[in-house]
Amino acid sequence: MRISKDLVAASATPLVLGILAEGESYGYAILRRISELSGGELDWTERLVYPLLHRLERLGHVESSWRSVTGERRRKYYRITDLGLAELSRQRRQWDTVVNALKGIGQPTDSRPLTALPNPGQA
Amino acid sequence: MTSQGGQDGLEAQFAQWREYVRRRPELQPSDVEELEDHLRGAVDELLAVGLRADEAFLVAVKRMGSLDDLSREFAREHSERLWKQLVLTGGRDRPAAETQSRRDLLAMVTCAAGAAVSVKVPELFGLSLDQDGTFYQTNFSLFALPWLAAFLAWRRRAKPAVIGALVGLFALGAVAANVYPLAEDSQSVVLTTIHLPIAMWIAVGLAYVADDLRSGRRRMDFIRFTGEWFVYYVLIALGGGVLIAFMFGTFEAIGISPEEFIGRWVLTCGPVAAAVVAGWLVEAKQSVVENIAPVLTRLFTPLFTAVLLTFLAAFVWTSAGIDVEREALIVFDLLLVVVLGLLLYSVSARDPLAPPGPFDTLQLALVVSALAIDVLVLLEIVGRINEYGTTPNKAAALGENLILLANLAWSAWLLLAFVRRRRPFAALERWQTGYLPVYAGWAWIVVLVFPPVFSYL
Repeated sequence: MRISKDLVAASATPLVLGILAEGESYGYAILRRISELSGGELDWTERLVYPLLHRLERLGHVESSWRSVTGERRRKYYRITDLGLAELSRQRRQWDTVVNALKGIGQPTDSRPLTALPNPGQA
Repeated sequence: MTSQGGQDGLEAQFAQWREYVRRRPELQPSDVEELEDHLRGAVDELLAVGLRADEAFLVAVKRMGSLDDLSREFAREHSERLWKQLVLTGGRDRPAAETQSRRDLLAMVTCAAGAAVSVKVPELFGLSLDQDGTFYQTNFSLFALPWLAAFLAWRRRAKPAVIGALVGLFALGAVAANVYPLAEDSQSVVLTTIHLPIAMWIAVGLAYVADDLRSGRRRMDFIRFTGEWFVYYVLIALGGGVLIAFMFGTFEAIGISPEEFIGRWVLTCGPVAAAVVAGWLVEAKQSVVENIAPVLTRLFTPLFTAVLLTFLAAFVWTSAGIDVEREALIVFDLLLVVVLGLLLYSVSARDPLAPPGPFDTLQLALVVSALAIDVLVLLEIVGRINEYGTTPNKAAALGENLILLANLAWSAWLLLAFVRRRRPFAALERWQTGYLPVYAGWAWIVVLVFPPVFSYL
């Protein structure tokens, strides 16, 4: 199943914020976690994640700090801020609304007849 | 897990990748570091599932996708990076550059203040701008340019010999401006006013190329510096005009007339200090902003070519002689200067290895039409001088005309050879940079030799 680009873009912010709400992390680990959470269905790219992290940093939703890992290497860690937590809960409510609405609508593959629509032929 | 050889090869590949990615203006060093960390994460994981080092690297890079897409996304988030900013005190990423630029700033402020003070020093000796206009008129370049040269010499860590030569040149300039008994309304005063700044500016050039005196590339850099300095100076002057207008408006509104203050301080100290500030700006922003002079050149070369060709056609069509007054000669001198400027600044911005294109042909047409016009004018002038005898103005204008004519004639020849692929473009570049001392020599002759020769006329 391929998830459309628009949906990926729209869901990226709450997903990243949600992952960072679990604890601070860095780009590569965030990508791995997304893939893990979605059972490999959400295949994000670097060009999505890093600019997004930078945007969230600019908006003050996350903070970053450089820490050294093995040897010379440094790694940029991101941590969610209070502002980011507030944004996450706001986006979560929006998503819940959308998801609930979707669930409320009958599945098109259901065998139930569409009684909501009046059928002029039977009236 | 991998052999030592594999690990070394991997490091080399990372280094190569870093080098490649760093060239992107959208990606800053910290972004590259973050992406490299990502790449290393991916490689480690692939190594863990049993890939060889080089395979793992290839797969990881491939997964990262095209660098173009990546930098486009970065550019969308960081659009300000494409509008290169002039950072006055270095970047956070490079502490060494930061201390350097802070020192530059300090040196610039010192030199600009020195210039501003030096222009007021003559007042201590009883000279004033109102009564001794001639003094200020002939000396104005001596209040600004030595300070600009000092700033540049300091930046280039000039050797004592160069500093000595600079001091000597500026001292000689001061002598030339003040020792000769020139009457206020003499032609020689005007000539010195025009030519001394040219001689002094080329002394500034000596300070500019102080770190590598013989290099033609450095001289070309000085030509670029000159163009950008001029553009910046004009911009600063425009800003200064706005500032002065506001000073007038606001202070008069509360009943204080700032006229005296503006005349005595802003208009005297401002222009000389601005010369140093403009030089510092060009040095500081070198790699930050696209050069403006070459852009203007591109715009105006076709237009000037069209005007000159039309003039030639009209001249032939009407078959009227040129009315050669003294002013006309100066106009045609200026025309040659402009054509030379257009040539210089397109040379300065051109990739010397690029093959000849339509623009080079256009340039050739421009130079040739300017030459044709000038030869016509020159024929008239020489006749006039024979008829009426010579004056300092005529001699200077004629000399300049010949110098520019020689330069443009040989440039046209080199351009033609280049368009026909007989010679490399570098030949034209070398010719132009090698010609710079000729201008200096001529300016010095006019300043030093002309007044005695023409008995201070």
